[in-house]
Amino acid sequence: MRHLPALLVATPLFAAFFMPLIGRAGQTARSLWVLLASVATSTVGLLLAWKVFTTGTVLYVFGAAAAGQALPMDSGGIPIRIIFEVDALSALMVVIASLSSLAVTLYSLVADSKSSGQDGFYSMLFLLVAGIFGMVSTGDLFNFFVFLEITSLSGAALVAFRIDKGVAVEAGLKYALLSTVGALSILIAIGILFGQYNALNIATLAARLQFTMLDKVALALLIVPLAMKCGAVPMHFWTPDAYSTAPSSITALLVVSSQASLYGLFRILFSLYGDVLQFSWLTFGWFLIILGVLSMFVGVTMAILQKDVKRLMAYHAVSQTGYMLLGVGVGLAVLGNREALDAYGRTAMAGGLFHILNHAMYKGLLFLTAGAIFYRTGTRNLNKLGGLGHTMPWTMVFFMIGALAIAGIPPFNGFASKLLIYESVFRFNPFLSIIAMIVSILTLASFVKVFHSMFMGAPKAEYAEAREVPKSMLIGMGFLAVIVVVTGLMPRPFIDHMITPAVNALVDRSDYIVAILGGK
Amino acid sequence: MKMTKIVRSTANTFAPFCLIFGLYVVVHGHLSPGGGFQGGAVMATGAALLLVAHSYQDIISLIRQNTMKLCETIGLLMFITAGLSALTTGGAFLRNWMAHNGGAFATPVAFGANPGVLASAGLIPILNIAVGIEVLGGLTVILLYMLSGVKEQEL
Amino acid sequence: MIRLLWAFPFITVAILAVIGIDAMLFKRNLIKILMGLGLLEAAVNLFLVATGYRQSGIAPIFTNAPDAPQMVLPTVQALTLTSIVIGVATLAMMLSFTMIIYKKYGTVDSQQIRKLKG
Repeated sequence: MRHLPALLVATPLFAAFFMPLIGRAGQTARSLWVLLASVATSTVGLLLAWKVFTTGTVLYVFGAAAAGQALPMDSGGIPIRIIFEVDALSALMVVIASLSSLAVTLYSLVADSKSSGQDGFYSMLFLLVAGIFGMVSTGDLFNFFVFLEITSLSGAALVAFRIDKGVAVEAGLKYALLSTVGALSILIAIGILFGQYNALNIATLAARLQFTMLDKVALALLIVPLAMKCGAVPMHFWTPDAYSTAPSSITALLVVSSQASLYGLFRILFSLYGDVLQFSWLTFGWFLIILGVLSMFVGVTMAILQKDVKRLMAYHAVSQTGYMLLGVGVGLAVLGNREALDAYGRTAMAGGLFHILNHAMYKGLLFLTAGAIFYRTGTRNLNKLGGLGHTMPWTMVFFMIGALAIAGIPPFNGFASKLLIYESVFRFNPFLSIIAMIVSILTLASFVKVFHSMFMGAPKAEYAEAREVPKSMLIGMGFLAVIVVVTGLMPRPFIDHMITPAVNALVDRSDYIVAILGGK
Repeated sequence: MKMTKIVRSTANTFAPFCLIFGLYVVVHGHLSPGGGFQGGAVMATGAALLLVAHSYQDIISLIRQNTMKLCETIGLLMFITAGLSALTTGGAFLRNWMAHNGGAFATPVAFGANPGVLASAGLIPILNIAVGIEVLGGLTVILLYMLSGVKEQEL
Repeated sequence: MIRLLWAFPFITVAILAVIGIDAMLFKRNLIKILMGLGLLEAAVNLFLVATGYRQSGIAPIFTNAPDAPQMVLPTVQALTLTSIVIGVATLAMMLSFTMIIYKKYGTVDSQQIRKLKG
């Protein structure tokens, strides 16, 4: 139990490294190994999150004699090893990644079973999962960069998996190029910070940071690539290409990796630079708010024009990321103002963070249903699809659940987080809340159009033999749908036990530093 | 396009030296500049020299894709097993439990300038060897795949 | 004037980075764009190693080390090594993508392979 953070990363890595040997034993052996490893990884993730939510921040020091010993005795009070610091926000992201990866693996056991090169596919899938887990648990800035690169590279390789058509490879190349330039920019910022303060640990850097000119440069070089990786608007151009041409299960997991970059953005702004930004919280809060509003608006207006169903969903992913940036941006803007923070700032941040969980679930469900339709009909063009409601009833139900959730309709989880955001942002600035509601209405309109053109109408002749998809894909989609319905009907336990500790972990910045460096 | 006899015989003579030098850089990683990736890259350079000097058809029987993929997998498994073995002795993941502990690679060395002792530093030479084998396999597989893609072009 | 010699590696970093970014933005051939990315990676690696330099320091190796007041920082050299390895893997993957694109479209001109629009 003490080694859970190490197992969190070591289990998917072990599964990925063993995959080529087991793949030689045949397809059944490989499917069994994938299933076993995926269940093991998700179990480790959920156990670790349970431990963090009940007992507090978990520290793990790699290479030490005892796993919790952050300050070696002869180092003079400086943490010198790579430390995984899993606090409540990290635990929330670990829960999201565990649930998504389990659903995605169950789905892709069948959906990609007819392609060749499956050894590579599943190895890359487990590397992507390991990268996401590492990115959200680590307390060391350079380790974050390494896991970010692992995630980007395996994500790009998986986006380009279908090499029989050239478009997937073009999208993979764009994604890899942009990710690499962004990661190099983060590396320069890490070099600048190390050169000044001789520390790579986030807690130690936060304790030593003074806001010199070089630190401001490093902040800019850190924020912009992370905002690009999560798909915020001026830098979102890779999102539609990569999400639409990847295999659908991979797209659901790429959404989670974008949320992990969003986690990185929040960690940098709140825990690393939180104390030194004391006089500029309002400025940076408004920066996040403007990014959020632009993303919401541009995402949904570009989505209405699309004919490719996965490209449409990708633009909606950009739009929903705007909600998360808006909620946490309002929280950041009022971080200095005690009454406003307690009145509506914490609620706004809770709405933003809850929206990360909800979005991963219902967006994953929507992408998996789009993949199910592609699996049976072979096309993603809305002009050509039609009348599938008669032959694919379960897929239609799952799509309806996902579409109502993304539009924010009451019994589903989108409504719970969007209501929190509307309420609190209205008290900050009513104009922003009205924009958010308009975007919600446009989202509903766009998904009504998609539902009508895909499932309603008379059955078309060329899709007459499209039956329902196999059981394993239905179980994967059903898992996510059940979570969407449950978090929608009973949001209060989730908010009290998972979201509020995460908000406290961001707002009370000194807890992060005290956990490693000892009481101060 | 066939290379001349001089190029081919020079490559044949030089490639084993590349391999030996790469192994030297890998094994002495804890004493002199070098280590896993650097030595593996040198060994892969030796393989690349052979690939450039001979044609793809001639060399594919000597440097087989399956052998190199097996090298890569064995290197990776050795690394992760060495990391997980530290969990069984009570320390954290990747703890250096073999240094100062008796057994292979366990000679303690004092701090400061010294002529290097090969059998020291515990888990680190084992990790170096694992990474060296893995990088040799990985880079050679990349080269072989790229060459096989070119082969179909009839340049 | 001699005091400004410490800035020479960082000026080189800036020049290399600008040439790399210029190649990535303004060239049309995919291979040249990837060369620009390689130059940018080289610039960042040079920046990291130059950060660790200490005046009249020796290499941070204990084997047969000469007498010297201090050693240069070894941590940044570990960062640079990791970055070089990641750069190798990234470039290998992107070059493989370029080979596949050439096989499918018959050209490596970036203006003509843009099939995803809108």
